[in-house]
Amino acid sequence: MSENMESTQNQEPIEAQQTGGEYEREPVPQKSLLGFKSFIGMYAGEHCAGTEIMIGPLFVASGVSAFDLIVGLLLGNFLAVMSWVFMTAPIATRARLTLYYQLEKICGRNLVIIYNLANGIMFCFLAGAMVTVSATAVGIGFDISMPGLNDLYPNSIGWVLTVLLVGSVIAIVAAYGYESVAKFANIASPWMVLVFLAFGFVALPQLGVTSFGDFWSKANEVIWKGGDPLTGQTKFTFWHVTFFAWFCNMAMHIGMSDLSVLRFAKKSWYAVASGSGMYVGHYFAWISASLLYALQLFRDPSNTDVLPGPLAYDAAGIAGLICVIIAGWTTANPTIYRAGLAFQAIIPKASRFKVTLVTGLIATVAGMFPAIAMKLLDFVAIYGMILMPMGAVIFVDFWLIRKFGLASYYAELSRSSFNWAAGLTYFLTLGFCLFLNLYVGVEIFFVSLPGWFAASILYIVLSKLYQSKMHPSMAVEGA
Amino acid sequence: MKTLFKIISMLALIGTIAPSMIYCGGMMSLNMVKWLMLLSTIVWFVFTPLWMNHNNPS
Repeated sequence: MSENMESTQNQEPIEAQQTGGEYEREPVPQKSLLGFKSFIGMYAGEHCAGTEIMIGPLFVASGVSAFDLIVGLLLGNFLAVMSWVFMTAPIATRARLTLYYQLEKICGRNLVIIYNLANGIMFCFLAGAMVTVSATAVGIGFDISMPGLNDLYPNSIGWVLTVLLVGSVIAIVAAYGYESVAKFANIASPWMVLVFLAFGFVALPQLGVTSFGDFWSKANEVIWKGGDPLTGQTKFTFWHVTFFAWFCNMAMHIGMSDLSVLRFAKKSWYAVASGSGMYVGHYFAWISASLLYALQLFRDPSNTDVLPGPLAYDAAGIAGLICVIIAGWTTANPTIYRAGLAFQAIIPKASRFKVTLVTGLIATVAGMFPAIAMKLLDFVAIYGMILMPMGAVIFVDFWLIRKFGLASYYAELSRSSFNWAAGLTYFLTLGFCLFLNLYVGVEIFFVSLPGWFAASILYIVLSKLYQSKMHPSMAVEGA
Repeated sequence: MKTLFKIISMLALIGTIAPSMIYCGGMMSLNMVKWLMLLSTIVWFVFTPLWMNHNNPS
């Protein structure tokens, strides 16, 4: 998942162009467009990251059944790829602007700052979860007491010190040398994908799968048995799996964060390259990681701890441990850097070094609390929901708003620093999703779908009121 | 030389995944799998930086 949610390793040269300041406030010119292969490698690397090692086991803890997982992931990942192809890429390859510049034209600078703040905070927590993942691997060497599945708070001094050590190193490296870690992530990526797959191959025979014919019966009886979830976990059905796989990168596709990436694509259909990430990372890697946890439960049903370090060490020895440390580190690093960039937009005078360092330390403190990593399924769903309304605003502004006689890029047109129609859409949509979740009983994994439609309708209605009240003539001119 | 490094890296990738597949087929011990994966990991990280990223336009 992803920087970007799980984010953003292995994104050169796209990453470098995003963060290096090229074409930040102008469309990408023809000469800088990239070919299809660039996007395959980027997406495959980006979506095979530290988060996958947590998500796979959490599916098993959620009492998922074999059919629900295998078919639900196929469908959910397909829907995710289609979202990139039909929602993000057509806008990205027509406007060729970064998400932030496009948002600024629609919403105004001050509203983008609020969006940045929300984004930065979510990045901090995500990076914290990745520090937790790496710390479970480092902690093996110190024989410390590690958190259990239902632990919300740090459970030992040893755990706190291990996270502090790991998080501080990650924060300092992120502040000093983002680019060198990005290059290292590039190198590690193909190897890491194969280690993830190796986890699955190692676990299968130990779970009693000795031939192709065995697989389906063992999958149902031993691996993904269905039934009740473990204590404290939400029961996952077919639709939970499908919606989770579809929406875990909602911020990127429907939320439009990947406008910044896909603006470099020569053709809109290049977004199908996201399938490499979905089916390598969010299919095989999730299944492999879930096999490791199923094996642990098979051996000792009382051991419900989701600790990527011990799980990987048991399966692949020191290579597995190295994989967990690198996966957590290379995911946390760009995430901390991006959170730093988001915060720096709010306080532009602060140095990038200091902001990144402080952001990394906040992520480190967050990483001490295992609740974020252990509730990663919920966190990922909330992350997508929080960034989704702005995706709906961009979609409506680009395709629909002129059909209603209204102006697109209204903040730029009216020289406003805060488009109230977009701002109210954002907050009312989040309120609507919260209402659905708390009072109607719609689970967090599903609220973003009705939320997207609510945001689209709200933006049109509020724009109608706002644009006609503020600048009655401009709405017609802009149309 | 770069071609040689690429071939070695490729072999390291095969060495990362193949032992686990052979183990899955019941023809190798888990201990051997772990050692071969570690060896392949070391080879990958020693040789791959010698050619990867060198032609990156960024």
